[in-house]
Amino acid sequence: MISSTIGIWNYWIVFCLMMIGLFLVIGRKNFLKKIVGLTIFQTSVFLLYITFGKIKGGTPPILNESINTIYSNPLPHVLILTAIVVGVATTALGLSLVLRINSEYGSIEEDDVSAQDLVDYHDDIETGKTLDLKFKK
Amino acid sequence: MIDILIKNLPIIVVLCPLMTSLLVVLIPNIFFSWILTTLSTFLTFLFSILLYQEIQIHSHISYALGKWMPPIGIEYIIDKVAIIPVIIISGISFIATIFAYEIMPEEIEKKSISKVYSLWLLAIAGLLGLVTTGDAFNLFVFLEISSLASVALVAMGAHKDKQALVAAYNYLIIGAVGATLYVIGVGLLYGITGTLNMEDLTNRISDLNNNRALIAGFGFMIIGIMVKAAVFPLHIWLPRAYAYAPSAVSVLLAATATKASLYILARILFSIFKNSENLINNTLLFVILPLSLLAMFAGTIMAIYEKDIKRLLAHSSVAQIGYITLAFAIGTKASVAAGFIHMFNHAIIKGGLFIAITSIGFYIKKRVTINNLSGLGKEMPITFFCFVICSLSLAGLPLTAGFISKLYLIKASISSDDIWIAILILISSALSVVYLWKIIEVMWMRDGRKIVIKENPTIYISLIIITFLNIYFGLDASLVVNGSFEAADKLIGDLK
Repeated sequence: MISSTIGIWNYWIVFCLMMIGLFLVIGRKNFLKKIVGLTIFQTSVFLLYITFGKIKGGTPPILNESINTIYSNPLPHVLILTAIVVGVATTALGLSLVLRINSEYGSIEEDDVSAQDLVDYHDDIETGKTLDLKFKK
Repeated sequence: MIDILIKNLPIIVVLCPLMTSLLVVLIPNIFFSWILTTLSTFLTFLFSILLYQEIQIHSHISYALGKWMPPIGIEYIIDKVAIIPVIIISGISFIATIFAYEIMPEEIEKKSISKVYSLWLLAIAGLLGLVTTGDAFNLFVFLEISSLASVALVAMGAHKDKQALVAAYNYLIIGAVGATLYVIGVGLLYGITGTLNMEDLTNRISDLNNNRALIAGFGFMIIGIMVKAAVFPLHIWLPRAYAYAPSAVSVLLAATATKASLYILARILFSIFKNSENLINNTLLFVILPLSLLAMFAGTIMAIYEKDIKRLLAHSSVAQIGYITLAFAIGTKASVAAGFIHMFNHAIIKGGLFIAITSIGFYIKKRVTINNLSGLGKEMPITFFCFVICSLSLAGLPLTAGFISKLYLIKASISSDDIWIAILILISSALSVVYLWKIIEVMWMRDGRKIVIKENPTIYISLIIITFLNIYFGLDASLVVNGSFEAADKLIGDLK
């Protein structure tokens, strides 16, 4: 029982990272920390795929003359290479958005930002005072 | 030459906008970048029409990318189901591109317009790839291409209103979590079956009926796609993203983005997992059905209390997505067909409404709220007339496209002995009249400030096209209805 639980320790790591990442995304109010959480969450999925690909005693999938060679599955690595690229793009876009939010609102805390938004929204709709929407005349 | 074109159509439909997006970014001139974008979306639309004709002959086209045969290589599948979202996406994006010409320079800095068109084409390519691919992991890549491009497009609204940045940020985070959940699901399925090809997956999971990894993988995939499709409790990113995006972008996203994900949802439910009947029936009954009913009412009630018109339409989109998932949840052939009919009709209805509202915003140079609209109906008769037609279509009045979809939806729910569902659909449609009437009343009955508005033909031409489609498919729906029934037949023909 215990040995089988410890024997799948790599899945436990995946599980812990996944939960840490998801908690950061949901629980943190700071826009930057959310992106850190998202990256951890995605990394945990990368590890999950890599774990699937490993076979005990398997060698890298390079053609070997001897008959008894067990090859590890290379496909998950290739998939994860693609997923890493997607993850980098997501992080880059997220960080650039955080930069813009910081320069427009002067804060990257969700509470500050939504408080400012609420004031704007109220002014705009309830009182009929329309914001300067920077429309070109 | 033509022969080669026809043979490679499934990939050309995706590659045409993808490759032009790389070209467009190099053109600094606004006019020429718009021309190139229009040309590209027009060609894509033309190719998808050709594809539609091919489908009538062959009924199932499988394209092996780079001649690597499936299930090892990546496969692109076009069949009678996939052709519906392909036509919707390519057609609506063409109309939206025509509309974008005047609107885009109003709201976005001149120097970044060609980049916006590049992102625009990238989003379209991502959506088209999403619906044509037959490989579960390739689907994830296209999901991210389309959603990253749409996030960047939404963020371009920051030039007009800084709230667009927060909307884009939320869209990015929620969308990325959704896509990652989908990847976890695909990973679990790959772990137990060793394949990523969808048809191969269907065959290999047939003898794994109660495998826990299968159920977990299914759950992760469904939740991930439901986030992207904005099914009720997972829809929070949608109203803000649509409301603060640049006007042309709201038209494109509202009409196409969620449709692609809804199609993927249908394909996961009825095609990939068609052999685990127990699992699917339970999911439909205990997850999708209650959520869709909640969506129908929550979306409509949120829309009734909303004063920002773009947000109002976005909330109403949530309710309409509820109708489509409800149709899937009933799970008979007739109801799935009704879901596809409504998917098509909702695209032209919401496209029309968003074009009308954003062109009003263009004329009055303000955010479109209920207070700003008073008396505008008399000032801009063409826009107002088209808006009314599209509203009637949304509410489901006879002679409009919306009537056809409500008719088939109610017929399907009655024929499967769920009369209470039919009653709930009718109540929800009646409620949707409340928020539509609120807008029409303000625009027509109240006196507003006297402002003279000259309607611009380059803007209302696309509105007229889409309103005409609304009436045409209300009078003669045979094309849509037959296509949808064939699609439903293909999807669940041998299931029930």
